[in-house]
Amino acid sequence: MFASSELNQRNRNRERVFRVLFGTMTALLVLPVIIILVTLVVKGGPVISVEFLFGNPTNGMTAGGIFPALLGTVWLVLVALLASVPLGVAAAIYLSEYAADNWFTRAINLAIINLAGVPSIVHALFGLGAFVVFFGLGTSILAASLTLAIMTLPVVIVATREALQAVPQSFREACWNMGATRWQTIHRVVLPNAITGVLTGVILEVSRTAGETAPIMFTGAAFFLPFLPQSVFDQTMALSLHLFVVSTQVPGMPEQLPFGVALVLIGIVLIMNSLSIALRMYLRGKKKW
Amino acid sequence: MVAAPQSPATAKLEVRDLAINYGTKQAVSDISLTIRENEIFGIIGPANAGKTSFLKAINRMEDFDTNMSVAGQILFDGVDTRQVRNVYGLRRRIGVVFPLPVGLPMTVYDNVALAPRLAGVRNKAELNVIVERCLHRAALWDEVKDRLNALGSLLSGGQQQRLTIARALSQEPDLLMLDEFSIAIDPVTTMRIEDVLKELRQEMTIILVTNLVQQARRIADRTAFFLEGSCVEIAPTEDLFTGEVSDQRTRDYVEGRFG
Ligand SMILES: Nc1ncnc2c1ncn2[C@@H]1O[C@H](COP(=O)(O)OP(=O)(O)OP(=O)(O)O)[C@@H](O)[C@H]1O
Ligand SMILES: [Mg+2]
Repeated sequence: MFASSELNQRNRNRERVFRVLFGTMTALLVLPVIIILVTLVVKGGPVISVEFLFGNPTNGMTAGGIFPALLGTVWLVLVALLASVPLGVAAAIYLSEYAADNWFTRAINLAIINLAGVPSIVHALFGLGAFVVFFGLGTSILAASLTLAIMTLPVVIVATREALQAVPQSFREACWNMGATRWQTIHRVVLPNAITGVLTGVILEVSRTAGETAPIMFTGAAFFLPFLPQSVFDQTMALSLHLFVVSTQVPGMPEQLPFGVALVLIGIVLIMNSLSIALRMYLRGKKKW
Repeated sequence: MVAAPQSPATAKLEVRDLAINYGTKQAVSDISLTIRENEIFGIIGPANAGKTSFLKAINRMEDFDTNMSVAGQILFDGVDTRQVRNVYGLRRRIGVVFPLPVGLPMTVYDNVALAPRLAGVRNKAELNVIVERCLHRAALWDEVKDRLNALGSLLSGGQQQRLTIARALSQEPDLLMLDEFSIAIDPVTTMRIEDVLKELRQEMTIILVTNLVQQARRIADRTAFFLEGSCVEIAPTEDLFTGEVSDQRTRDYVEGRFG
């Protein structure tokens, strides 16, 4: 009864071929990532020390630590998040839950998706013109963070909107049928079930924000600063720019140091991401359908 | 606007020249009928007769579906529902149960407490009373009283259906609309709910859409027969079953000779 026919045999062979094929592709993709990480750890690992993490750069940045840049990156990311998450989530809620589905809304959605594809150097110039010059913020953490926020808004909006739309329409209708207003429905049923997806958007944003160089270069990040920023109106150093500088701009740089900086940058992104992944897993554990 | 003088004082719902379209396709046309206060009004009819669409129009569900359009008038307590400004207030007075039950992704307790909370009830004791009463009436209390904190969306299909009944009752509606509420519920429990409905008639008006002709016969005071988007006939329920009907199609349907 289970004797395999010729057709059966052929299908099983094909199954094997595709499995191997797709597996190989995946491995080829993962391989570079592993190589990069291993290189960073091997070459940069020895550089990492308490002094490196919490000290100031010395000797024209060829020695000492990277604390001002480390702190600067954290500042930039946090302020950018504070600006872009409330704005992006509000816009996504409007687009998904309130706006009528007409050509205008669709045009806006398309624009947002395209905005995500604008090169970061363009955002940098926009930030320079808008925040630094027009709003008179000068080159400052605030101007740089706002530029980063503008740049990452599309990601937050798209991710949030998709999370909202993954909540079944029948839940909304059941709620509306009881006489709930749009907002009551959003607040009691839609948002609690979309929160994990929103966090995904935030995770993506964090990774991108921390690594960006161009948008902050003109708007708030400094080459070298001998002091820590006192407020969001000060300039700051940042890891991404610092990495660029120590890799290419300073003669006589010890070979290991840029690897150490890169390792710290990746470490920060990983830590921030793991925090939101942990939060997401906790919330998904409570997911209700 | 003045309510039509010829309508009886006890009219809960007056439907005039109702037509419902989905896109260009007409689902319901030319329905005019009156539903009286505190009656159980049965609606029977084959698939695609427009029964569900009729209920949707009453609750103004065309607001959710850009494809659906409604023409004509539906007067609820003499007020044209299309003209009502506070549609939320209107929907709160109308409880609906649709055939595909939707347990909201929250606890059983929260499912039933949602409507009162939306209406502003905060008092825990008061909510407890409402939740227990509604679950009792929906014949679900005994099964869930020990797990009120379980997720409503994880109950069995039949339990979720009763949960939606409890939820509709928790609105303390003037008008309760049930659309094939018993498709996933066993006959014994169905009978229990039917008995509850007969009692609830004291407090509210009930529209009962059903595929089970005998269910209409058991509890409906008057019954309408819908066919292909029109209302063929409305009569006291017993008359439909004793041959006191004017339309051959109705007789064929209730006697199961349809097709
Ligand atoms: N959301 C919708 N979009 C488009 N057409 C619809 C929609 N809902 C119903 N219709 C159409 O309207 C007509 C009436 O459907 P309706 O659901 O009101 O019938 P019904 O009497 O409730 O049938 P059933 O007994 O199968 O539930 C059908 O032809 C159906 O295809
Ligand atoms: Mg139906």
